[in-house]
Amino acid sequence: MAAEKLRHYALGVLVHVVVIAIWWAFVELGHIEPYIMPSPLATLKTLGGENYRWIANATVTAGEIFGGYLLAVIVGVTLATAFSWSRPVESAVMPLLVTLNMIPKVALGPLFIVWFSYGIFPNAVIAFSISFFPILLTTARGLREVEPDLLDLVRSLRGSRWQLFTKIQLPGALPYLFSGMKVGAILAVAGAIVGEFLGSSRGLGYLMLQVQVTLDTAAMFMAVVLITLIGVFLYGLVLLLERLIVVRDARVQ
Amino acid sequence: MTMNEPFIHLTKVRKVYRKKDAEFVALSDVTFDVAAGEFVSLVGPSGCGKTTLLKILAGLLPHDGGEVRLGSAAHSFDPSRDIGMVFQQPLLLKWRRVMENVLLPAEILGLPLRESRERARELLSMVGLAEVSDKYPYELSGGMQQRAAIARALIHDPKLILMDEPFGALDALTREKMNLELRNIWQTSGKTIVFVTHGISEAVFLGTRVVVLTSGPARMADDIPIALPDKRTLEIKTSREFGDYNRRVYRLLGME
Ligand SMILES: Nc1ncnc2c1ncn2[C@@H]1O[C@H](COP(=O)(O)OP(=O)(O)O)[C@@H](O)[C@H]1O
Ligand SMILES: [Mg+2]
Repeated sequence: MAAEKLRHYALGVLVHVVVIAIWWAFVELGHIEPYIMPSPLATLKTLGGENYRWIANATVTAGEIFGGYLLAVIVGVTLATAFSWSRPVESAVMPLLVTLNMIPKVALGPLFIVWFSYGIFPNAVIAFSISFFPILLTTARGLREVEPDLLDLVRSLRGSRWQLFTKIQLPGALPYLFSGMKVGAILAVAGAIVGEFLGSSRGLGYLMLQVQVTLDTAAMFMAVVLITLIGVFLYGLVLLLERLIVVRDARVQ
Repeated sequence: MTMNEPFIHLTKVRKVYRKKDAEFVALSDVTFDVAAGEFVSLVGPSGCGKTTLLKILAGLLPHDGGEVRLGSAAHSFDPSRDIGMVFQQPLLLKWRRVMENVLLPAEILGLPLRESRERARELLSMVGLAEVSDKYPYELSGGMQQRAAIARALIHDPKLILMDEPFGALDALTREKMNLELRNIWQTSGKTIVFVTHGISEAVFLGTRVVVLTSGPARMADDIPIALPDKRTLEIKTSREFGDYNRRVYRLLGME
């Protein structure tokens, strides 16, 4: 069992190494110009370049992603809870949210900049607005999905609405929440970067635009790698949390 | 059975489901009594209103006519504490261990946790699940899950157990076994049980009485006291009397 798992992970790592090797071979053997595609080593070397201010920029981007994402989780779960407690609230708010969700969030970027100026905040807001909807939808669905007989069981004991919520609905909705959170995590990363492209003075997305001008492709690659790593870290965190909280059988959906 | 007032008293109970313009009579004229400690099987074709009747007994659904009375002078009845329910699906909470699942009604009723745990332990060993009380539902077979559901229905020591086709989703062999166990549980616990099934032989085998409902709309076809030996073993199923009771119910349901 453990050996099988180890083999599984080893295979995953191996595939990554192979892809990087192919990348390297392609660049070296194909004599590709560095400004078209840098080698893995050239990409890695940019980490030494002090002008890039990697740590500062990565921190900004990570802050936008995590901030927007956390807000999306909080607002999504809160709204889903409100919906499950009050049908009228759901009927009133849900259609509006569906409409709002149809707005391409990217199109709001220039507006956010007018309202909130450049900076971390508008980008976090874009990350939030793009990742919040799937979290809301899945959580609301999870809270709604109570076996009618289970409802009867609680009612036969004259259990309160609050007991139904805390003992049945909320724990039952956790697997749904996590599936929404996984989708949301990926979207939040995209949202923050798009925000930085549209207008900002810091962050990895901003850096990419800066180095693009000088055709410093290696730095652009490195920025993409770091953005990906931030995303992987967030996603891993969500997976870990899910593993800790949700019982195995309920997990796979 | 006794001269006392019945524990459950149903007279001309009627239930009509209303949808916008249509009415559907689900129950009409259901009249029977259940004495405290009886095991009444409720048998009838699917869709005849058995679940509806059970929900009315549980106070989950209002009735539209007739009288429904639970409890008597000798046997008080508290609607929030004196009903235990078992459904066709075990409906265990996936995220709780077996022990915590059994404790759910005790938590909802706010019963003292330590005593409840003790009682849950006893109930789990009674239904043969002492070994798996720390497991999650997905680690249990269907039969084991249903046993846990029965323990859960008993945790708050209710006077009345309502069972809605509890063994309907089990394989035939497990079902036979559960029948024997349920009969034992009933005999040792002294609970009043109303047991809904569409299995005729199951109804006869388990019940001290079999109430037969027919559909369209559900009416009582008969109310048959079952005079089989108290100790119900599998041999009884091959006895002549058992066959006669079965045949009688079949005939009432128009299947002969
Ligand atoms: N909430 C409801 N609204 C309308 N009709 C219902 C409802 N619940 C049950 N019925 C109808 O009442 C009849 C009896 O249902 P039920 O009590 O579930 O039967 P059984 O448990 O014997 O199979 C069925 O025809 C069913 O379609
Ligand atoms: Mg039914």
